Amino acid sequence: MLIAGRACLILALVIALYGIGASLYGASSGRREWVASGRRAVYALAGVLVLAFAILEAAFLRSDFSFTLVAGHSSTTTPTFYRATAVLSSQEGSLLLWVVLLGLWSSLLLFLTRRRAREVAPYATAVLMGFAAFFCSLLVFLESPFVLSSPAPAEGVGLNPLLRHPSMMIHPPMLYSGYTLFAVPFAFAIGALITRRLDASWIRVTRPFTLAAWGFLGIGVILGARWSYTELGWGGYWAWDPVENASLMPWLTGTAFLHSMMIQEKRGMLKTWNVSLILATGVLAILGTFLVRSGILQSIHAFGASTLGIPFLVLIVVMIAGSVGLVVSRASELRSEHRLDSLLSREAMFLLNNLVLVGMCFVIFWGTFFPLISEAITGTKASVGPPWFNRVIVPLALALVLLSGIGPAIAWRRATVANLRRNLLKPALVAVAVAAALGAFAGAAESPAALAMFALSAFVLAVVTQELWRGVRVRRTMSGEAVPRALVSLVRRNRRRYGGYLVHVGVAVLFAGVAASSAFQTARDVELQVGQSTRVGGYDVKYARATGELQPAPNGRLEKIDFGAELQISRDGSPQGTLVTKRSFFPTSDPNLGPVSRFFEGEATSEVGLQAGLRRDMWSAVSPSVADLRPQIAEGDRVFTDAAGALSPEQRDGALAQALDGLTRSYAGDPPPATFRLIASPLVSWIWVGAIVVFLGGLVAIWPAPRTAPRPAAAAYAARVARELGRA
Amino acid sequence: MELLVVLVVVALVVLVVSAPLRSGSAFVEAQESAERADLEAARDAKYREIRELELDFRTGKLSEEDFRAQDRALRADAVELLRRLDALGESEGKPSNRR
Repeated sequence: MLIAGRACLILALVIALYGIGASLYGASSGRREWVASGRRAVYALAGVLVLAFAILEAAFLRSDFSFTLVAGHSSTTTPTFYRATAVLSSQEGSLLLWVVLLGLWSSLLLFLTRRRAREVAPYATAVLMGFAAFFCSLLVFLESPFVLSSPAPAEGVGLNPLLRHPSMMIHPPMLYSGYTLFAVPFAFAIGALITRRLDASWIRVTRPFTLAAWGFLGIGVILGARWSYTELGWGGYWAWDPVENASLMPWLTGTAFLHSMMIQEKRGMLKTWNVSLILATGVLAILGTFLVRSGILQSIHAFGASTLGIPFLVLIVVMIAGSVGLVVSRASELRSEHRLDSLLSREAMFLLNNLVLVGMCFVIFWGTFFPLISEAITGTKASVGPPWFNRVIVPLALALVLLSGIGPAIAWRRATVANLRRNLLKPALVAVAVAAALGAFAGAAESPAALAMFALSAFVLAVVTQELWRGVRVRRTMSGEAVPRALVSLVRRNRRRYGGYLVHVGVAVLFAGVAASSAFQTARDVELQVGQSTRVGGYDVKYARATGELQPAPNGRLEKIDFGAELQISRDGSPQGTLVTKRSFFPTSDPNLGPVSRFFEGEATSEVGLQAGLRRDMWSAVSPSVADLRPQIAEGDRVFTDAAGALSPEQRDGALAQALDGLTRSYAGDPPPATFRLIASPLVSWIWVGAIVVFLGGLVAIWPAPRTAPRPAAAAYAARVARELGRA
Repeated sequence: MELLVVLVVVALVVLVVSAPLRSGSAFVEAQESAERADLEAARDAKYREIRELELDFRTGKLSEEDFRAQDRALRADAVELLRRLDALGESEGKPSNRR
């Protein structure tokens, strides 16, 4: 099916180019049938690309090594689940996924809004199809996933073992959904600028998609952090790695946009800022893909050698130049309809929040690109490390959490000092009490920044609790409902508001987890023999037993060898549980290595031993020493080399399994000392819980209002409006 | 076989994409229905604002004076939107506020 796959991509490129032409012609000539045809081209594009993806996916599932891509990223020993997702680990598969998701999301948007934003939509369609044409061109001319491997190898290279983690397989679709969904408000902003329809209608049309982009990208970022924590074997969840930063930057500007667009909706203000913010978010989304795919992260030289670097750079330059040109040329139409009434207003708080979020994005941008800039200027790659990021980001994060507490408690347009006192005094007292208690009894004063974060998080929780309580009280006064029912009714009728508050609660919980786990983590790197103990964070950790296992693949062939350890945790003599950690060794296909040493010279991954709890995590990773096994490995290689001609492939596989089984038994029976990384870290689970709360809040905010809910209010307002109309 | 699949896909694409062009003006939705959708979205947003303002007032975030002034302005905006919807309804020959 290589030809069919390739034909689908060529057809997709043709459709995308047609879609651009039809939409622009329809918009400029006023011929709606061409606009409709352009919109249908997006549906067709999505269908054709889904077919191409399905062809590729089927090739991976049936291990069809006549596809070069399948041979390079999968194998018969790769488990079926990972075989199905291995397509995402390749450059070509990632690019295809990007444009498939773009086609699907664009189709959904254009279908749902086909009767709205009639002037803007054709231009937005052309922009979305422009992105699709770019990615389809890459897939057709530079990075085709449909290349024949002739003769087809009997076995593939296999999926990179580090990527054999469930969250890593959901992570790319989430990230790419975020990136491609951010293309939607980007495209509508361009359409609004071209048509000069710069009121809030383009924001209203794209709002659910902006929120969905923010949610998907956030889930992708968190899944990446979770993967780092449980798979990479260094014990952290965020390393300020450029790939991580690339996904965080558009999320930050997207978060800023979600706040500032409300000001435009309500007050007709910040039009230039909003349109610039979403255009920047669109550019950053493409930049994220560019950073990962161009090779520029390795070095400037790798970028030069990459086939994708220059095309992406051209696209980004075109996006920036086009955006700046449009914003400048529409300056008069982008003027605000109102001015800020007071610094004591929600608008002012949102503005500050925007400055903090954009400031964070700028810091991360600078820290990410500084090594490349220094390499370009001096020829030497100088990088800034996590301490630099932490030093600059921590004060901004504190300000952000403070603002996320003040925001819900302050009114639009103008608040009085009396209002502020009424709404902020009790939460402020809660924050002070929490800080005092944690400083006095939990030793949190050792880290003033962490203590401040705990206090501010408590402040946010108190504000939101107070807001909910007051809202419930109002609801009960109006309807006489019981408290639980009043709470549900309140949230149902004001989903955007209370969904947003829930997001703030999640952010506060998440940041408290980050502060605690960063400031009060205890880590030890130690070498232990079986039976020996060590102490970490007040816990005794005993190396109880070594383990060794051969792991067969579903097809009976050997997938990997696991060498591990069982650790017993106790505190003051009381058992606290067992940790099981292991290191998995995957064979390389290097023909220069012997059949036994091939298992120890390939990729190796850590399986973390983790005991997670709401109060603290006990984290462990083992690095078993295989040096003592070297003589046996060399002897095994020699025996198999000598017997190469005398054994059939089946006999050889059987004998190899026996030899490796002997090695693993030897390791488990008489293990050499192993090196362990042990970490006791408080409140790490709060990060994951906070993230779940954030995305639940997002879900509440995006969920469409029930059809029946607005009716009574709408009827009441209609009556009032009718009376006033009568007077007029 | 592969060639056949490709030809079928191409034929389907041509059929789907060219349908509006083949149907000509019969395919085109009325311009008014699009304007109505935009106005209804703006009206719903205005109603949401009025409700939120009232909730802000009742939960103590606004003085009564500020609430009255803002509420009046928002309701005036809503009146204007309803007036435009009415006018559109008359030109379409159907009632504007279906809610």
